[in-house]
Amino acid sequence: MSIQTRLADDGETLVISIEGRFDFSTHQAFRDAYEHGESGVHRYVVDLTDTTYLDSSALGMLLLLRDYAGGDSARISIENCNSDVRRILSISNFEQLFAIK
Amino acid sequence: MSDDSLRVLIADDSGTDRLILKSLLKRIGHEVLEAADGLEAVAIFQREQPDIVLLDALMPQMDGMEAARHIKALSGERMVPLIFLTSLNEAEDLARCLEAGGDDFLTKPYNRVIIEAKIHAFGRMQRMHDTLSRQRDMIHDRNQHLLEEQTIAKRVFDNVAHTGCLNAPNIRYHASPLSIFNGDVLFASPRPDGGMLVFLGDFTGHGLPAAIGAMPVAEIFYGMASKGFGAADILKEINRKLGRILPTGRFCCGAMAEADFKLGQLKVWNGGLPELWLIGSQGEPLACSSRFLPLGILPPERFDSSLETLQARDGDYLLMMTDGLLERQNAEGELFGEAGVRRTLRQRPEAGHPFDAMLEGVEAFSKGARESDDLTLFCLEMSGNPGLATLPESASSSALAGPTEWRCDYEIREQTLGEFSPLPLLLHICMEVPGLRARSGEIYTLLSEIYNNALEHGILALPSEWKHSRDGFEQYYAERQRRLKTVGDHFIRFSLHHTRKPWGGQLRVICEDSGPGFDFSRHPVLESDERHADWPRYAGRGLFLLKRLTKNITFHGKGNRVEIVYDWRLPVAESDDGPATDPGKQRQ
Repeated sequence: MSIQTRLADDGETLVISIEGRFDFSTHQAFRDAYEHGESGVHRYVVDLTDTTYLDSSALGMLLLLRDYAGGDSARISIENCNSDVRRILSISNFEQLFAIK
Repeated sequence: MSDDSLRVLIADDSGTDRLILKSLLKRIGHEVLEAADGLEAVAIFQREQPDIVLLDALMPQMDGMEAARHIKALSGERMVPLIFLTSLNEAEDLARCLEAGGDDFLTKPYNRVIIEAKIHAFGRMQRMHDTLSRQRDMIHDRNQHLLEEQTIAKRVFDNVAHTGCLNAPNIRYHASPLSIFNGDVLFASPRPDGGMLVFLGDFTGHGLPAAIGAMPVAEIFYGMASKGFGAADILKEINRKLGRILPTGRFCCGAMAEADFKLGQLKVWNGGLPELWLIGSQGEPLACSSRFLPLGILPPERFDSSLETLQARDGDYLLMMTDGLLERQNAEGELFGEAGVRRTLRQRPEAGHPFDAMLEGVEAFSKGARESDDLTLFCLEMSGNPGLATLPESASSSALAGPTEWRCDYEIREQTLGEFSPLPLLLHICMEVPGLRARSGEIYTLLSEIYNNALEHGILALPSEWKHSRDGFEQYYAERQRRLKTVGDHFIRFSLHHTRKPWGGQLRVICEDSGPGFDFSRHPVLESDERHADWPRYAGRGLFLLKRLTKNITFHGKGNRVEIVYDWRLPVAESDDGPATDPGKQRQ
């Protein structure tokens, strides 16, 4: 597992990409990815293109990011999920809290 | 002596060689023990427990090879480096020394630098070995300790969560003994009206953090269920509580089912668990997938506890599971998944129990794969007579204590009709009378039948004929929801009146609603003493029940005011009220 972050071209969107399993072992790295991010970030994209698996602790981490980014006013989209990952997100009805693309 | 100082046993039959080696070792700071042959070496080893043994290969009495075997056997788990001293040079001889248990050899004549380096290296290795052993023992002890703590914690948890009615004859379930530490919880409670409430939950995470949130959930569930609260209220309360106590990122996926065996109806809510299945004797199983966020995430004002109402006939099954079941893997590492569940349901034998089919299905699938037991599977059979005990009765000797002479008027109106059920409150008031407490099931049924009749037929004017078919059934409950939202200027007024009687006590309930009423003089249930077999399944069912439970039922006014009289009798032994006839069960 590895986590990459980059600032998108608009300069205010932080893109966090997770490779491999997104589970409890990613906890610290995922937090570091947004907590030590640059200032001026107003949007977040969690890119799951290379994520093979996601468990309930990952759901918890997404909620932590949402809280950090302003709770109900957070602008976070979760993108490029494979079908397994998508299924887990939708069983928990996370589309009510995140833009899932 | 420095920390690096070791106790070294030298076994050599040549006194000169021993002396050379001894002075050499002493100079670098080690303590030396001496033996002149193998036998003596073994004896000293046993007595003195040295750190390192230097053994001459060829000695009288017992040679080095033999002594090495004994010493290795005696040292057990300790790592005692064993170095052969030898003038042998043949590769084969040297190999034999190592085979006998030696860790290395030193060839004579001795080279001071090499001896020092080797002893130093073995000392280091030994310290590492000791550290590892110590840590291993510590981990073992900690783990042991943790398991003991878990067992105790589990016992405490069981006292709070107890088994409820999980042992009811219409329930089958599988949960690992310490499932609480996987974050899985399963509760079932009888409802005062004879129905049942079930909650299956799966907390995020494992171990203590997962288990600790389960405690308040158990308390809320059992506490509220026994007071007659329905699933929607209990879910709201659990969500509120978990939202307050769990840190962000921790939550509980869960599903609740409220079964009404009399009405043949099942209300379900699923927030984050795999699909629930309603399995009937005919037709395809019906899936109820998760439609809500898990518990403990949304603030109370945004939490939605709307229940889906399903028609479930006698003999239908409700199957609930945690994702531990879907995540079971086979030997190839593939997941059982939703597909596995659907396949198993499709292929299940006609006569078998779906619970057995599912458990066998997943066991067969994961045969040969890594063992894991963190799945919870639950199955409820809809059964007209589950034989549930009602709420515990307090000691009958106190049946005359408590309030016996009282009356209470309670009215709910307008939009509150759609948002609030007055039943738990009214039941609570009645339960203050010890003599009524043992009859909580009947009292709840009385109150809820009157209330639902007033609300659904009196005010909302819903036709009960709709409930005859499965489609109509859904339509009925959808329409109920819709009409409740625009209920307008309506009210339901309860008037409860309790009084002492020579035989025990009497409860009178008058319920009036603001609806148009109905023509009670022509109602078949009220005209007849018997229940006709050809009556529609639902129509008049509630009325029939009321008639059976009470001493008297009368309609007043336009039919929007109903009055019932319910008598309860003291237990025979304490009654001085004439001959003992069937106590407490006076029926018309």
